[in-house]
This record gives sequence, structure tokens and C-alpha cells, in this order.
Amino acid sequence: MRLKQISVFLENTPGHLEGVCKAVADAGVNLETITIAETKEYGIVRAVVDNPEKAAEALKSAGYFAKIVEVLAVEVDDKPGALLSILKKTSSAGLNIEYMYALTRPFRDKPVMAMSFKDIGAAEKLLSE
Amino acid sequence: MHNWNDINGDFHPESAMDFLPREQLRRIQSQRLSEIVKLAYERVPLHRGRMDELGVKPSDIKSIDDISKLPFTQKSDLRDTYPYGMFAADPRDIVRLHASSGTTGKPIVVAYTREDMEAWSSSVLRCLAMFGVRRGDFMQVCFGYGLFTGGLGLHGGAERMGCTVIPASGGNTERQLMIMRDFGATAIACTPSYFIHLVEEGENKYGMDFKKLPLKIGVFGAEPWSEHMRQFMQKHTNIRAFDIYGLSEIAGPGVGGECCEQNGLHILEDNFYPEIVDPETGEPLPDGQEGELVLTTLNKRAMPILRYRTHDITSIINMPCPCGRTIRRIRRIGRRSDDMFIIRGVNVFPSQIEVGLMRVEECTPNYRIILERQKDLDTVTVEVEVAESCYGDSVSQLDALRKKIQASIVNIVGIRVEVKIVQPNKIPRSEGKAKRVVDNRKI
Repeated sequence: MRLKQISVFLENTPGHLEGVCKAVADAGVNLETITIAETKEYGIVRAVVDNPEKAAEALKSAGYFAKIVEVLAVEVDDKPGALLSILKKTSSAGLNIEYMYALTRPFRDKPVMAMSFKDIGAAEKLLSE
Repeated sequence: MHNWNDINGDFHPESAMDFLPREQLRRIQSQRLSEIVKLAYERVPLHRGRMDELGVKPSDIKSIDDISKLPFTQKSDLRDTYPYGMFAADPRDIVRLHASSGTTGKPIVVAYTREDMEAWSSSVLRCLAMFGVRRGDFMQVCFGYGLFTGGLGLHGGAERMGCTVIPASGGNTERQLMIMRDFGATAIACTPSYFIHLVEEGENKYGMDFKKLPLKIGVFGAEPWSEHMRQFMQKHTNIRAFDIYGLSEIAGPGVGGECCEQNGLHILEDNFYPEIVDPETGEPLPDGQEGELVLTTLNKRAMPILRYRTHDITSIINMPCPCGRTIRRIRRIGRRSDDMFIIRGVNVFPSQIEVGLMRVEECTPNYRIILERQKDLDTVTVEVEVAESCYGDSVSQLDALRKKIQASIVNIVGIRVEVKIVQPNKIPRSEGKAKRVVDNRKI
């Protein structure tokens, strides 16, 4: 299943993440999962929210650059080796995972990973088989 | 013959001009000015054109007080007449060329006749005499040798003094330290930030104790430096650190220097006449008031320069100096009236950084340059906003873009800069002239 994620460019200095959260909160949007990929100077905040369009708009008007990106939501069985078997599939198909993170809410009682692929269509097809 | 060099103190026969009675100095200045103006008018079309525009004839310049009647010379004039347009001497009489570090396209070429070379080395010698450098000193010159006036300028003065000159030139820290220790250097000339680098490397990497070295005099110039740096240098080593001032357009190093009082730089005003003007209006300001330093070469034959706008901000100290010199002093220079900044001895213009940025198509024109001093070493950080599409979802792409921008700038300015991609609208917008440079250095 595809999932709309918002990605926000941020400087790695105090106060910026707070600003993002405030913009989203003021718009009445609920943050479901949030992760940060950071370098020394800047970071990219990736968030799954209940209304990505509204969140992106609110962030833009607050002066942030928000982009809506599609990632793949992949159910993973809650047992040893479950993720490994998914990775084996993707790597043998030559599909590279750009990044991934776990969603805070399970789906159908299963943990869910958000995965980013260059070719999301191919990954979706592969993993739904 | 009496050996002056054995005398304790900072007097040297060539320093006699430093101690002339003011009236006598003024007579020399007046005579030299009228001669140099005549030469400039007759031989240099730019000077003649400017003087004609103002309706000033060489015969109007009778005394040094008439200097304010003369037109200014700007750095752009020297660039516009590249390479030889400002020369006043027959090419056969020119024995040396140097060029400024001007990396904005074309450099500025400067020339010296044999007499000019003598006057230049004598000026450097007089500065060295103020610092207490003597025959018998081992002078390690680690300014760059080449088109830059720093290396060969110091070299000429030190050799004239009778020092044992060690022409180490710039760079290669390990080798510099080895030479300093093994050759027993007693004096060193370089940029202050490089000396601090030498001290730090020597202590941390090679376990050197500078207090055990014979090194006792530091000659520092080519970039602004602070009292804080002086204290650092004088605390970690046994040197006394002296400021030497100069600029290629006027002669190179040796326009002025500090005496043993370390309280302002004596300008060798029999050779280089200083004025302070309002940087906006160009109106002359009285001694004591802060403004832009303007210099006139009083006896340079190959390339006479009238009222050169240095963009260096300072004031003239017109009070007797306890050292006994009658030539006036200027306060140490900490800032410049234009945007050009000096990083580790290299002149950098914001426009150069802009060119580097603009070669990367993802960059927007929204940028600013932050100058900082960390551990006494200058750093440049360029903050830039990039095109909307670049603020994507990938850290590695942004990092690759950052490196690409960095390489493009370094390629033009030739010194290391840090690049920071900032979020949109981070750079303050200005309605007038954009403030490109934020100088957080405390000098």
C-alpha cells in the first residue's frame, strides 16, 4: 500500500522542529509518525499525518519547504527474520531501499514499515506478490 | 666605519627620516609631491585626464597642503588600465613587476624602477629597524615568494639590513618548523594566522617548546589581526609581535609599521603620504578622526599613485610617540570600507563567491557570507538557498549538491569555504544593496 509522507527540509538548529510541529498542530493535523534524518547542518523531517495536503500547505505558509512523497507501507510479521525475508526479495530484484522507518501504529495487528524506493511501482508489485 | 648594527635600540642610519623635525619633513614632502605630480601628469593619461577634469595643473601643487586638490585613484582605475596603463617609466628602466592577488578576473600589475626598489627595500628596512631586527638576525620569511609583494618585499628589506635571510616562502608547516628550529631563526615574517598555526602544530604535533627557540621577533601583516592574537603569540613564544602595513598598489609591505611602543603604526610619510577622508564623501578629515586611509606615493617613479583609496578604516595619531619618531602613526586597521574581506592573507570579494554560486544552476541569488574566527583562524561560511525542487526527500542528494557548490566556489576564490544550504527565506532580504557579508570576527 502506498502512503503519502511529508518531507520537510530543516536546519539543524534549536527551534526549527518546534516550528514544524507548531505549524502542523495549528492546522489541526495529527502527527502519526515522525522521523528525522540529519547531517551536521541540516535534516529532513519525514512525517506521516492524517491529512498530508493540509499539513504541506500549513508548512508552506509558515515558511517551510514541505514536499509530499510516496512511500510504501509494508506489513512485516512480528517474528524473527520477517524483515530479512522482505529485504532478500528486494535486493535480489535489484531494488534499493533509500530509507525506511517503522510506523508507530500497527495495521491489522502487524507492525508496518514505511520504505522508500526509487521505483516505487516495481517495489509495490514485487512485495504484493 | 662605525658599526651601527651593534648599537642597542631601534635606530639605524636609514631610519634618520623617521626622526626629522616636522618642518623639514614637510619641505621634503612638498618637494616630492610637486615632482611626482608633474611626472604623473606628463606620463600617465589617467592622472592627466582626472586632473584636467578638476582643472588642476601640476604647477598648482606647490606644497603638501595642496594634496587635497588632487583627484583620487581607485582600485578599479588600476584594473581598468591593466596591465601597464599606470606606468610612468620607460620600460627599460623598469626592473621588477609584481601583481596583486586580485582573483577578480585580472590582477593589478605594479612596477618598480631600480630607484623604486631601493626606496622599497629601505622602507622595509626602516620598519624592521622599528621592530628591533638587526644585522645578525636570522630572518625566516614565510610570506609567499612570487608575484605577491609579501615574500620578496620582506626579503629585500631584511637583506638590506644585513640579516641572514631564510627564504622559506609559504606553506609546508612541518618543513617551516624544522627550518625554524634547526636554522635557529631569530625573526619570522608571515601572516599572523599562519604563525598561530605554526605554534599550534609545533606544540601539539611535534612537541616543540617555542620558549626554548631563539625566535624573538615576529613581523606580521597582510591581514587584520587583533591584540588578542598578539597576546596569544607573545604568551606562547618569546617573540614580540609587530604589525607591518603595506599594499601592492602603493609599494608592498613597508608602508608603515609599529615601533617598540606597539601602539599604532608609523607611516613612512616621506615616501607614502597618508590622509584620512570620509569614505562616503571623500572629504579630508582632521587627524584623530576615523575614516578611510588615502595614500600618495611621494617618490615612486615607475608607477606614481595619487591619493589611492585604500578602503582601510583607521585614524591618524598626531601625538609625539615616546619612541622619538616624528612621522605620524595610524591606528591598527581592523576593518575596510568596502566589502572586500581578507581571509588568511587572501583578498576575497563577495562577487567572486557569487560567481562560484551562480555556476551551479540549483543555486538562487539568495546567499550571504559569514566570516568567523575560530581559534584565531578565519573561516568563511556561505549560506545559500537553493531551488525549490532541491529541497527534496534525500539527504545524500542535498549533500552532493552542497559539495558541488563548495567545489565551484573554492575553484574561484582559491581558499577553503564551508557551504551551508539553508531553508528558503532564511537569508534576510534587503530592499537596497544586499548585505552580503556578515563579519563576526572580533578583531
